[in-house]
Amino acid sequence: MLKAADVPDLTKDDLLGYYRQMKLIREFERESERQYTRGNIKGFLHVYNGEEAIAVGAINTLREDDYIVTHYRDHGQALARGMGSKEVMAELMGKATGCSNGKGGSMHLFSDELNFMGGYAIVGGQLCIAAGIALAVQYRGDDQVVLCFFGDGAVNEGEFHEAMNLAAIWNLPVIFFCEHNLYGMGASSKETLVMWDSLHEMAAAYGMDRYEVDGNDVLEVRDLMKKINADVRSGKGPAFVVARTYRLRGHSVADPANYRPDDEVEYWEAQDPIPRFRDWLTDEGIATIEDFDEIDSSVEVEIVAAAEFGESSPWPAPEALYDAVYTDRPTEGIPT
Amino acid sequence: MSVITYRDAVSSVLREALDEDERVFLMGEDIGPYGGAFAVTKGFTERYGKKRIKDSPLAESVIVGAGVGAAMAGLRPVVELMTINFSLLAMDQIVNHAAKIRYMSGGQFSIPLIIRTVTGAGASVGATHSQSFEGMYASIPGLTVVTPATPSDVIGLFRSCRELNDPVMFVEHILLYGTRGDVPSVGDYRVPIGKADVRRTGKDITLCGYSRMANVAEQAAGILAQEGIEADVIDLRTLRPLDSETLVNSVKKTHRALMVEETTRIGGFAGELVSQIQEDAFDYLDAPIARVAGAEVPMPYSYPLEMAAIPSADSVVAAARKLVNGR
Repeated sequence: MLKAADVPDLTKDDLLGYYRQMKLIREFERESERQYTRGNIKGFLHVYNGEEAIAVGAINTLREDDYIVTHYRDHGQALARGMGSKEVMAELMGKATGCSNGKGGSMHLFSDELNFMGGYAIVGGQLCIAAGIALAVQYRGDDQVVLCFFGDGAVNEGEFHEAMNLAAIWNLPVIFFCEHNLYGMGASSKETLVMWDSLHEMAAAYGMDRYEVDGNDVLEVRDLMKKINADVRSGKGPAFVVARTYRLRGHSVADPANYRPDDEVEYWEAQDPIPRFRDWLTDEGIATIEDFDEIDSSVEVEIVAAAEFGESSPWPAPEALYDAVYTDRPTEGIPT
Repeated sequence: MSVITYRDAVSSVLREALDEDERVFLMGEDIGPYGGAFAVTKGFTERYGKKRIKDSPLAESVIVGAGVGAAMAGLRPVVELMTINFSLLAMDQIVNHAAKIRYMSGGQFSIPLIIRTVTGAGASVGATHSQSFEGMYASIPGLTVVTPATPSDVIGLFRSCRELNDPVMFVEHILLYGTRGDVPSVGDYRVPIGKADVRRTGKDITLCGYSRMANVAEQAAGILAQEGIEADVIDLRTLRPLDSETLVNSVKKTHRALMVEETTRIGGFAGELVSQIQEDAFDYLDAPIARVAGAEVPMPYSYPLEMAAIPSADSVVAAARKLVNGR
């Protein structure tokens, strides 16, 4: 574990900001589960509980003009990037005020303004798109980096390998970031992924710089990502990061996750990144219980406001059905 | 006007795009020093360099996916899938991502990506290399699908596609690269997207095709004319958006319709054409709408069998004669 002295560039406000973001994501997910139960969110809902330290630790090392591409469990990354909790909640509810006007839903969050290039719900597809964004950066001679999140399940997809090879052979400025939470939906990676316990070494086959990190330690994630960003930005080519972590909930809210051994769940519950960081802030003498109480209350207020915003927002107008299929023309088949 | 080959037409519009727009780059298998599987990009690497002529690995998903990403980030990629058969390996990127990102993002991101590929049978390359999937892509909202059959349409349609900001499947035909045709010398010549070409006019029957089958239909119309049957010949040129108005108006005039298509009848694009005609011109029909289409088999290698499996001018003439004369 790092000590406070190891992160001299972080002020108390920065550190409490990290705590607040992690707490915001956790409470946002709790609220989204409640809203799902009430029928206000439909379809699939994949919550990020337990993996907050990754989004917060990694995304806060990026510049505003860097790019993010992610998977369908994307609420945490969107919030860590600064997307409003109201706009995200409204999107989950399919409302006109959602970040994509309700057209994308939980799995497909986008923000042009934040260079948040989308949540992608076909496992592995986003790695190819991330390679292409990195190609554009290189082509223009710019120095942004592209941070691409995916899970350990994606490593078995062909698109993973196509994207890894292309990025390596063309030296593209992309960081492939694997959230290794031990399950691809309900299947244990121990049963499906031959390199599950040394996953970062997969990148050796592509001659890529590769790293493993404790994904439940926000400062460790940040520390590593600062170094990797600098390397990738300086033209050293792509990198592969594996963060070991765990989903504290099932694959989606429809999944009670009965397939997981009790001792495994207990082990990982003890590794919950939010209490860990809170304890660290306390032990290092950075924050007091009053600090936490103040933050927790402000998060509660924000989440209540987000839910109210989502619930009170209008549905998209009926004519929105045919909007935004094409840029330059109406789509075919609009009833006359 | 000058006469050039379909291949040279494709080469010339690609060079024009590279010359005119710094955001355009090409990416695909063997498009570099090899010159392209159909010699379309011969000499391009020497002229434009490796930055803009990207010889890619054999990895269709990332060829298209990287094109999608680069387009999202402001470039205007033209990627090549060596044949439409290989596009199946990239279908996730084409169908799930390229076609849907604009809609799913509420219009925040456009994907100005041209995917060039090669369709068609008749080249003796067997079942896995002789398919015609353009109709399948035409069923996907978010895509634009064009199927030029002549050198001038290659030029005019490609220029129009470059002005779009959404993903395009630009589908060339394997047997057309060596064909010749007049091309206009004017630099701003365009063929509008979604506008069919009436190749020939007649009062007795409408023959409708796209890609090489438009040429076959036109050839058949020449033979039919010698028998006194005058055909309207319609080359759709674009499958999505579809110019059903031109087709329907033609059928209202001729009262008989024959669709000519290279792919299989079951699930083929001609089924959609038949539907639209019966929806909009049912009362004008003097005969059932007919189709000449590919045989319901994987394409055989053996030449006479392959020729028996795809429509020809003769099979179109026979079907048209039956429709007009009742025998």
